[in-house]
Amino acid sequence: MAATVDARGLSCPQPVILTINEIKSGTDPEIIVLVDTETSQENVSRAAVSHGCTVSEVMQDNEGYRIIIKKEK
Amino acid sequence: MEKADDAGVYKISDDLALIQTVDFFTPIVDDPYAFGQIAVANALSDVYAMGGVPKTAMNLAAFPVKTMDFSMLRQIIEGGLDKLKEADVALVGGHSIEDTELKFGISVTGFVHPDKFWTNHGLKDGDRLILTKPLGSGIINTAIKGGMASEAIIHDITRVMSSLNRSASEAMREMLVHACTDITGFGLIGHMAEMMPGSGCSVKLQFSSIPVMKEAIEFASMGLVPAGAFKNREFRECMVEFSEKLGPVERDILFDPQTSGGLLFSVSEKDADLALEKLLAAGCSDSSVIGEVFSDTSEKIIVKP
Repeated sequence: MAATVDARGLSCPQPVILTINEIKSGTDPEIIVLVDTETSQENVSRAAVSHGCTVSEVMQDNEGYRIIIKKEK
Repeated sequence: MEKADDAGVYKISDDLALIQTVDFFTPIVDDPYAFGQIAVANALSDVYAMGGVPKTAMNLAAFPVKTMDFSMLRQIIEGGLDKLKEADVALVGGHSIEDTELKFGISVTGFVHPDKFWTNHGLKDGDRLILTKPLGSGIINTAIKGGMASEAIIHDITRVMSSLNRSASEAMREMLVHACTDITGFGLIGHMAEMMPGSGCSVKLQFSSIPVMKEAIEFASMGLVPAGAFKNREFRECMVEFSEKLGPVERDILFDPQTSGGLLFSVSEKDADLALEKLLAAGCSDSSVIGEVFSDTSEKIIVKP
């Protein structure tokens, strides 16, 4: 299962804080984060890596970015 | 003056010019007294960056009367007033309005000699660049906003942001300053870049010599980089050549928008040691020679590790 964090419309640092909270307290091995700015995309990807996760995919469409984060076991 | 600079200068007589500036913003720290101090230190900085002496100030306040306790405004103004006293600047008035969002700042009037003020243009081949405060306040303020910063870090960053650039400016008054500016919203690279057009010079910065608050590195690697840093990077990236040894975090530090940052001086190579000595003796203990200027028409910023 994958958890979804919808951080669209939020300004920094909120998308990062929501992502970190999900990494720390969520139980799903995969997290999908939705953001709508390049800034948030870079920050969220960096936050994931600094918390021991991997960013497996970043997809861009006209609504923004979809970041797929895999938690390490 | 024909080019954009830190403050406006108006010549009154052969030995006196008026120097004026204004700055106000929304709170960056929760403590209202500290916010008042930072807002004042930040606004006065433009006058210090031109080698001027601030004399009078007026408060500018926007306050949400319906949703916020009035004592907040009182504490902000008290913080500002104490900072003005420290700077020997007289508060002569002010104006406040009702607004949905709290904002505070001041307008400042000062004096400077019309032939002796420092502009942000005038880099010369062989100059050394000296920065007087550590970088990282934008990133740390983002961490504070996200509730990720400890009390100790908030205390440290408040001290850095609220410290006046007065001592740095006074320490350099007898020196031959080729150019000076203060580091604020455009970050080190952005303000450096403003000094370069028409100079016929490029600059080489040494990252390891640049004073940086160590928590900023830590927070930037956690993704707590403000949107302003990305905007600054987008705008100025084309004129910067980074060493491949510098990762994205180090690069972000140089684009990080600063609140009430330090002064950046350009002085000749032979004056650099004495200038640094004077700044350190004046209590600007983070001062450091961060790079050098060399003749090169491409007007680029090169960053070495």
